[in-house]
Amino acid sequence: MALLEVNNLHTHFFTRNGIIKAVDGISFSIEKGEILGIVGESGAGKSITGFSMLGLIDQPGKIVSGEIIFNGVDLVKKSEKELQKIRGNEIAMIFQDPQTSLNPVISIGDQLMEAILYHNKKASKKDAYNASVDILKLVGLPAAEKRMKSYPHQLSGGMKQRVVIAMALLNNPKLLVADEPTTALDVTIQAQILYLMKKLSKDFDSSLILITHDIAVVSQLCDKIAVMYAGRIVEYGKKEDIIFNPKHPYTKGLIECLPKLNDDKERLYQIPGIMPSLLSLPEGCYFKDRCEFADKECDVYPDQQDIEGRRIFCHKVK
Amino acid sequence: MSQSEVKLLEVKNVEKIFSVKVGTFEKKDLHALNKVSFDIFKGKTLSLVGESGCGKTTIGKVILGLYKATNGSVMFQDKDIAQLSPIKRGSIQSDVQMIFQDPYSSLNPRKKIKIILEQPLKIHTKMNKKERLETILSLCDDVGIDHTYLERYPHQFSGGQRQRIAIARAMVLKPKLILADEPISALDVSIQAQILNLMMDLREKYKMTMLFITHDISVVKHLSDYVAVMYLGEIVEYASKKDLFKSPQHPYTKMLFSTVPDIHTPLMTDSVLKTGEIQSPIDLPTGCFFANRCPYKDSSCDDKHPDLISIGDNHLARCPKIGQF
Repeated sequence: MALLEVNNLHTHFFTRNGIIKAVDGISFSIEKGEILGIVGESGAGKSITGFSMLGLIDQPGKIVSGEIIFNGVDLVKKSEKELQKIRGNEIAMIFQDPQTSLNPVISIGDQLMEAILYHNKKASKKDAYNASVDILKLVGLPAAEKRMKSYPHQLSGGMKQRVVIAMALLNNPKLLVADEPTTALDVTIQAQILYLMKKLSKDFDSSLILITHDIAVVSQLCDKIAVMYAGRIVEYGKKEDIIFNPKHPYTKGLIECLPKLNDDKERLYQIPGIMPSLLSLPEGCYFKDRCEFADKECDVYPDQQDIEGRRIFCHKVK
Repeated sequence: MSQSEVKLLEVKNVEKIFSVKVGTFEKKDLHALNKVSFDIFKGKTLSLVGESGCGKTTIGKVILGLYKATNGSVMFQDKDIAQLSPIKRGSIQSDVQMIFQDPYSSLNPRKKIKIILEQPLKIHTKMNKKERLETILSLCDDVGIDHTYLERYPHQFSGGQRQRIAIARAMVLKPKLILADEPISALDVSIQAQILNLMMDLREKYKMTMLFITHDISVVKHLSDYVAVMYLGEIVEYASKKDLFKSPQHPYTKMLFSTVPDIHTPLMTDSVLKTGEIQSPIDLPTGCFFANRCPYKDSSCDDKHPDLISIGDNHLARCPKIGQF
């Protein structure tokens, strides 16, 4: 049985201007120890997918239908109180911006210890302190004991992100959701953090959902990839299949537009246009206005096809 | 630096020292720039690459007059502008324009796009209303902004469109030099490609001279003629784009290349974890600044601060051991 199984999830936002279908019927599953990458542009619904896993959808948003089966229980049906026990304990989240995800007026040590003491009422303060120091060492923060007394503003961006990762790992979560964990960082630090996350997920045998707009990052880390566009998954399958043999025109575009170091071409490939607003989606395939293969057939939203070990939504792939 | 190229801007031994509080009574010097020198040639693009905290934005701000240099000179058209405040710069002010990193905070949210683009023309030129509008409209075509967008406000646009507007604003006065400070790092990868292509087209069309500042060496290739790699306030390697991408020499440049995520080389090794972080520019070491992160370090590296030496045709590097590893 999969650790997490998401079936036909719909998360909608009911705004004054209309219903925004941020997540519109997506399904995926993660086995224990597996890493899933969710890729797409801003506004594709990647982060809302991540937030839905933790029940962090606020008004005016709501999970309208679908199931999130985690360890055999449906999280959608859980109350806020029950979710609080799971959040930060069995499922933890790493947010994009380490600057804002740490409390600026509480020391690193106190923030880490709070996470332990909240979920484990039996733990003593001393246990919590030792566990916190250990975890800081594990994520490679130099002078861990000294850092326990530091405040977030005294650390660099990369160090802060290490603390945030440490905090997420404190209670040995079965599932980690990382929302653009390296976007705010330098390329050199990004490589370190990605490597660290891969290593830790292996060591802890925990599963990871990595959300990012950069398909190159996903390719370095993930076992499976889901490509999202305008609230829906357009291609989903094993990393090797998606990266080395992409079928959907959007996936192809995302790979093609990456700057390449060992290629003499001056101009980059670009996907024309931008993603349509979720309030005014076109009839039929959402990608058709930016797709070079689009024709009449695309005026109807494509059905799911299973081709060469992947799930894909495109009329033009046969 | 061949003779046929005309220097537009010459940065010479520029130092910038900030005084920062480290305790209640104690102040220390923060060396943001240590004797930085480079030239920018007419119609060419120089890229400055380095991590956060290496001083690449500071040098941009010194050129723009937002900071005064502590020492050194910035020659722009035979005039030293390093010590001039923006007001005293006069017409130079309109000759150097900037594209900022974050298109969300660099456009005034209360002003319509038309006003944003028209303002520089009102201040710096004697154009009448009709001429101003014509200039704006033709520029809109160049950067790919629909004419109907002019009546809208910045919040109605996506990040990529805002950056197009910011580029248009920087170009509206036809400046001699454009400073682009991480113009694409706040954007999605797919939109990055669009903006990079746009900047390449504009460079071609207007023979633009540009200083391109970025932390991502993979985008440098598409937009530069020369590349300067910066580390802790100094240039550690300088070469033409072709040479640098063919054979990077300095250990730091090599590290920058090795950390770029690439879909065809998915393997990351333990060595990545050892690459460490940039150190604080307060209390700089006496030896090589990069020594504590350098995989080729030996005891001699801590003794003497290396000079920038020539290691080939127009190729400079700040490491005495080039060629030995």
